[in-house]
Amino acid sequence: MPERENSMENAKKTALAEIARQIRIGIIESVYHAGCGHPGGSLGIADIMAYLYFEEMKVDPKNPKWPARDRFVLSKGHTAPALYATLAERGFFPKEELVTLRQIDSRLQGHPDVKYIPGVDMSTGSLGQGISAACGMALAGKISKSDYRVYAVLGDGETEEGQVWEAAMFAAHYKLDNLVAFIDWNGLQIDGPIAEVMNPAPHDAKFLAFGWHVISINGNDLDEIEAALAEARTVKGKPTAIIARTTKGKGVSYMENAVEWHGAAPKEEQYKIALADLGAAEA
Amino acid sequence: MEKMATREAYGKALATLGETYDFVVLDADLAAATKTGVFKKKFPERFFDCGIAEANMTSVAAGLAAAGQIPFISSFAMFSAGRAFEQVRNSIGYPHLNVKVVGTHAGITVGEDGATHQCNEDLALMRSIPGMVVINPSDATETFAAVEAALRYEGPVYLRFSRFATPDLTGEKADFKFEIGKGVTLCEGEDVTIVACGYMVHLAMEAKELLAAEGIRATVIDMHTVKPLDTDLLVAAAKKTGAVVTAEEHSINGGLGEAVAATLSETYPVPVLRVGVADAFGKSGKVPPLLEMYGLTSAKIAERAKAAIALKK
Repeated sequence: MPERENSMENAKKTALAEIARQIRIGIIESVYHAGCGHPGGSLGIADIMAYLYFEEMKVDPKNPKWPARDRFVLSKGHTAPALYATLAERGFFPKEELVTLRQIDSRLQGHPDVKYIPGVDMSTGSLGQGISAACGMALAGKISKSDYRVYAVLGDGETEEGQVWEAAMFAAHYKLDNLVAFIDWNGLQIDGPIAEVMNPAPHDAKFLAFGWHVISINGNDLDEIEAALAEARTVKGKPTAIIARTTKGKGVSYMENAVEWHGAAPKEEQYKIALADLGAAEA
Repeated sequence: MEKMATREAYGKALATLGETYDFVVLDADLAAATKTGVFKKKFPERFFDCGIAEANMTSVAAGLAAAGQIPFISSFAMFSAGRAFEQVRNSIGYPHLNVKVVGTHAGITVGEDGATHQCNEDLALMRSIPGMVVINPSDATETFAAVEAALRYEGPVYLRFSRFATPDLTGEKADFKFEIGKGVTLCEGEDVTIVACGYMVHLAMEAKELLAAEGIRATVIDMHTVKPLDTDLLVAAAKKTGAVVTAEEHSINGGLGEAVAATLSETYPVPVLRVGVADAFGKSGKVPPLLEMYGLTSAKIAERAKAAIALKK
């Protein structure tokens, strides 16, 4: 395949790919030690998370509440392991803490908690609400004439929630061009393929009809993520939806595109295989 | 005495306080009815209509608050506390964000619109959320004070307002001062305590007169803050009078009456009888006959007060 014009330089790409790999290892470590959690959808968005927190967003791990920072809302809050692994990798809290996920004396709640976890901008987990909160943050930026940007990641199944479309209307109505929403289109939800459970497709036509700028990409391709986010910055007067085709469970052989890994933790043997797949020595 | 609906006083309070406080107001296509339209007219750049989409409005407010704004979100109680309950709980309550959730047209004084719009459950719903302050002012003066107190308080607050006008009792009270979590004693008597909130406060004062005509002296407490409840004031009144009646324009399940009964049974047990909407939906009708039908009257409060006195040991 010929090198695309917008392709990022190799060193940067190698570095980001390595960060995404570390995030995936963090996801497996945390979910394995918790004995439960949501590895599939977490692994699928690792590349998006790596790009956002290490290239796109202005954040300061030493000052997580920095008012001028860019905001991130994980609307699909059940993939908290991806957010926690990313924040730890970025230095918001020690990576050693990841293995405490979901334990009674840990601040790493099963779903993101804005009160106690450094770097988390909104408590999420009840699907459909995060994107609305992201709209509120983006509107606050307009009100206060701040130039920060707001990023959200939604699940494709999450778009079955009606509130997502209330938010879609709102964001377009108030011309929130400082808002970018990724739709993590991995095609699977708890009860099976989304096309069989309750098909919300086509996402691109729906968001277009709701007045958004729409970009469709491979959400596991760092070049395409970079190009989409660069394009989003040029859009004025409307929010941007990035429909990101991803592989659920990406990077762990037996989890890829397997619906049963939506919300299950690997057993010891599976854990070892997962680490090997990710090129990591067993902890 | 001048009468005004608390929803109207709410709109006026927003418009007045908007001159000195920095906050934003959101509504869900009911600005004319919730009276936030008064604020909208004066401060259009700080007013955001969310359309008929209360769930989104609620979570948008959470995002605004997370980014440092102070949002008031307004709709009928049925929708702000009822329809969007789970958004209030998860988007606002759990992260303990500085959002003021407002429910106007609470209770059956909605009148002709009927049961679908008569919310008799909002106090119960909002009380159940950890850390939520729940305030139901009784008149115009108290409404203004409650809105300002909510603005000065950092955290989630639910404010409950009525469609129907009430006399400005607290405006007539020379030493009136408003503090979240502190009930207002409107009058003192030794025989029984009437604890009321919102629309029922003026009816409690009427009941006091009915009782006085029979030689029964009642303490009347305007318990504007349903949560956190003023336990000290309540226990002191229970000790003094030995019998309590509650009055609320709300279901007897989960509202002020249950809060008072639970608090007293755990601290200083005395007979507590509740006046409120029995386990029932409302219906369409003019307000005065509706109040009669559902037993939300001064006569009913007086009758229950005598029954409570009879239960004293």
